[in-house]
Amino acid sequence: MKEVIIGLEVHVQLNKLRSKLFCSCSTQYHDSEPDTHTCPVCLGLPGALPVTNGKAVDNAIKVALALNCNIEEWTMFYRKNYYYPDLVKGFQISQYDYPIATNGSISLDMEGGERIIRIKRVHMEEDPGKLVHVGTIDKSRYSLIDYNRSGMALLEVVTEPDLRTPKEARLFLNKLKNILEYLDVFDSSLEGSLRVDANISLAGGARAEIKNISSYKGVEKALLFEIVRQNNLVRRGVKVVQETRHFDEVRGITISLRTKEGEEDYRYFPEPDLVPITIADRVDDIKKTLPELPDAKRQRFVLQYGISDNHAKVLISELGLANFFETVATEVDANLSATWVADILKGELNYRDLDISAFSPNHMVQILQVLKKDTITENGAVQVIRTILDEGGTPSEIVKIKSKDLLKMDVDASENITLRVIEENPGAFQDFCKGKNEAMHFLMGQVMKETHGTVNRSTVIELLNKSKKEKLQNAPDNHREA
Amino acid sequence: MNVDGIREMLQNGKSVEELVHSIFDKIEHSKLNAFVTLAKESALEEARRVDKHGAKGMLGGIPIGIKDSISTKGIQTTCCSKILEGYVPPYDAHVIERLKAEGAIIIGKTNMDEFAMGTSTETSRFGPARNPWDLSRVPGGSSGGSAAAVAGGEVPLALGSDTGGSVRCPASFCGVVGLKPTYGLVSRYGLIAYANSLEQIGPFAGNVKDVALLLDVISGYDSRDSTSMTKKCEYLKELKDDVSDVKIGVPKEFFGEGIDEKVEKAVWGGIKALEDMGASYTEISLPHTKYSLAVYYIIAMSEASSNLARFDGLRYGLRLGKDKDWHTTFSEIKAQGFGEEVKRRILLGTYALSAGYYGKYYLKALKVRTLIKRDFEFALKDTNVLITPTMPFPAFKIGEKIGEPLALYLADVNTVPINLAGVPSVSVPCGFAGKLPIGMQIIGRHFDEATILRTAYVFERNGGG
Amino acid sequence: MITKKTVDHLGWLARIKLTEEEKEKFPDQLNSILDYFEKLDEVEADVSPTHHVLGLTNVFRDDVAGQSISQEDALGNAPRKERGYFKGPRII
Repeated sequence: MKEVIIGLEVHVQLNKLRSKLFCSCSTQYHDSEPDTHTCPVCLGLPGALPVTNGKAVDNAIKVALALNCNIEEWTMFYRKNYYYPDLVKGFQISQYDYPIATNGSISLDMEGGERIIRIKRVHMEEDPGKLVHVGTIDKSRYSLIDYNRSGMALLEVVTEPDLRTPKEARLFLNKLKNILEYLDVFDSSLEGSLRVDANISLAGGARAEIKNISSYKGVEKALLFEIVRQNNLVRRGVKVVQETRHFDEVRGITISLRTKEGEEDYRYFPEPDLVPITIADRVDDIKKTLPELPDAKRQRFVLQYGISDNHAKVLISELGLANFFETVATEVDANLSATWVADILKGELNYRDLDISAFSPNHMVQILQVLKKDTITENGAVQVIRTILDEGGTPSEIVKIKSKDLLKMDVDASENITLRVIEENPGAFQDFCKGKNEAMHFLMGQVMKETHGTVNRSTVIELLNKSKKEKLQNAPDNHREA
Repeated sequence: MNVDGIREMLQNGKSVEELVHSIFDKIEHSKLNAFVTLAKESALEEARRVDKHGAKGMLGGIPIGIKDSISTKGIQTTCCSKILEGYVPPYDAHVIERLKAEGAIIIGKTNMDEFAMGTSTETSRFGPARNPWDLSRVPGGSSGGSAAAVAGGEVPLALGSDTGGSVRCPASFCGVVGLKPTYGLVSRYGLIAYANSLEQIGPFAGNVKDVALLLDVISGYDSRDSTSMTKKCEYLKELKDDVSDVKIGVPKEFFGEGIDEKVEKAVWGGIKALEDMGASYTEISLPHTKYSLAVYYIIAMSEASSNLARFDGLRYGLRLGKDKDWHTTFSEIKAQGFGEEVKRRILLGTYALSAGYYGKYYLKALKVRTLIKRDFEFALKDTNVLITPTMPFPAFKIGEKIGEPLALYLADVNTVPINLAGVPSVSVPCGFAGKLPIGMQIIGRHFDEATILRTAYVFERNGGG
Repeated sequence: MITKKTVDHLGWLARIKLTEEEKEKFPDQLNSILDYFEKLDEVEADVSPTHHVLGLTNVFRDDVAGQSISQEDALGNAPRKERGYFKGPRII
């Protein structure tokens, strides 16, 4: 297999802004009828003029700082001239020479260690409208256009061709999303908030540009498809041609978008309706407002709370999760909190496709406090979490109602059941006495099954070991045999 | 027809409705083809409202014509191009909001060269406008309809737009006063762009006083135009009969080759007259003037090629029969919708911006523009106005020059440097060549409209023109 | 030097379908204008380009959401529309 070379152009909507990039139309169009959030400016009506949203520039500077970029002294907007039905003016206001920032990086935490992905440039531009194809793009007889999205502030982050696998590309996007959400400039949950153009080639071959992939999973899928397609071509001795391709999310394939008329020429020139922006003097103030970023938070969590790096890595992957953890960790033991938030709660949320906002940190604190007092079992605590997520309620209510199932069984009852399990599974007990771990897991499983998980694992282990000791004392021959 | 005259008529009992009726009557019987769209219903309604509630505002009850390049809510706005056929804007340009706020009555839209690309108002899709002084001649352009309407007594006031002389040229050819304000003094919000970095909306009137009044109404900061700036004074108030502080610079490059002898003589006569009225003059040089036309056309065509890309028939404007694939659909709409001169400028602008040529043409033009601007700033340190002929010759015959694009471009030789420098300039009538009016151009410092208007005012009052 | 082929390409970039007659006529006309532009080659312009003639910089708007126009007004001039959308030609 040849080496794969991938570069990404990521367009993220600065959708935490209230208004669009060059007009005051609201950005809250997601649940609205088509063409209800437009004005002369974002419809490109003759005579309308753009005025830059100052906060959009500030947010772009924030991102550039967070991505370790060089911030330029000054910046300006250019017109990128091309035609497409979603583009209202026949040009897009974008940046070209003098982008807002260059030469940044994002570090990825891979199994083989840290990988630095270089960022070539970061620039601002306006979003086009949205094309709705009636049917698929290649079969549709006409298009419908909704310009609500037209003029939304976009940030384009362009990487160097440093990515080597589709998985790396996905991790890069996750990390970028993570940083943007920390900066409070981006809400990834909104439709159309992210679009990616991916350049991919096999070493020595021509590169394909896959345009406009609109989901994180889509990027990985499209790249995987492209690798297979390009490899197949090479295997058959067919040359890969440089071209633009479209990713069909539904079918999971890429399609050539070749136009026979030849290359476009964007004819960039400075947007005469806007004036240059000096940014050097804004940077220091913005720097002061930068929040703690994911990598720094991860380090701090390990240092301050003494939790494992693996837990820290999971916790910082979403700002909400990290904040949740910190709230809980200040009330109860940090390591216990880390385990319960990163491993258990996160798993339950993922299973239900829920966000951390679906669970209250106070409830988590209460659950962990009861658990620590040994009044409920671990399994009982999990049951409480599940009940809150599925049915609602507070931990104390749930513990009260379901006390029979959740409260810890007294030691006598536990002992009876354990002894019965030993009696019913002599072979397994014998293996356990010989030191076989699987046998211990089996017996534990049986006890848990019988008690619906209401005993403490440590109690059972204690009982098993006690029985083993007794057995060995009573049967010295067996011991010798062993 | 001027503002004072109309006010007097209204005070003497004539109703605004009668006035507006008589204006429409005149326009409908006019041979000038100055108006291309009339706003009869809204004008009469507004007239009746003023009659009922009294004239309020700086222009209460005063009729005005608006160039077809300025967006008027509810009134068809086409830049006299087929491609904008039927386009009725849902919004008013800033200047229209200002006019309405001051009580002006919008009569209709005036004829112009298609997308303001011309010096003669011959490329209009509504046919050429005519010069009131000689119907076989052009009124100048591109705001020819506005100038002809004022000169022909159809309206006392009109708005034009001036990218490289499009207000001053027709003012000169039609014998009226027309001003190109400092870049940024009047909001461009709602002005359909030809060349954004050069153009300004400007007033036309039969006399300097009315131009100052109209400028008072339309000028000033507008947050919707990023290039808009705050004005420093009220212009009408600054008009007084005194030019003793006026130091005129006469740039020799503007009296060069191709200038009609009668024009040159008339303008020198004007300068001498101003000297008699108390001003002083010196001959000066603006050495980079000879590059102005090349710089101007490169910038204007480049910007235009991009500005005019939006007319694809999806959101407004011309759409042909059955849609094909989008490339073909767009290409056929533009082929049918744009006239020849517009196509020529789009193609050249596209070329000047294309890969490999940007540095040679557009960027170079922006740099030479800096040199031209510096010439003006330097010249206007020791002087406070510059005086030149507005146009090198008086109005020419319809059809006379339209076949030679380059020759027609060269007619803008004295007007384009002013747009490149961003300075204000007013054209005032200064005599005749035979029956045809001649215009004198008075150029000022950035935002010093007051001084050039005062100079023009004194000249006009004391027997100039 | 603009040839018929250049004109053809410029027409494609500008999405103007030119007639044969225009393709024959335009090269000479455009070349004579370009020849005139050659004048600029003689100027040494070691200066900054003029971006805004008065040197204006940093013009911003506050991030405040204002009123949009109605769907009816937005679509008011659309030659073709469907269910609140603008209707356009097919893409491929």
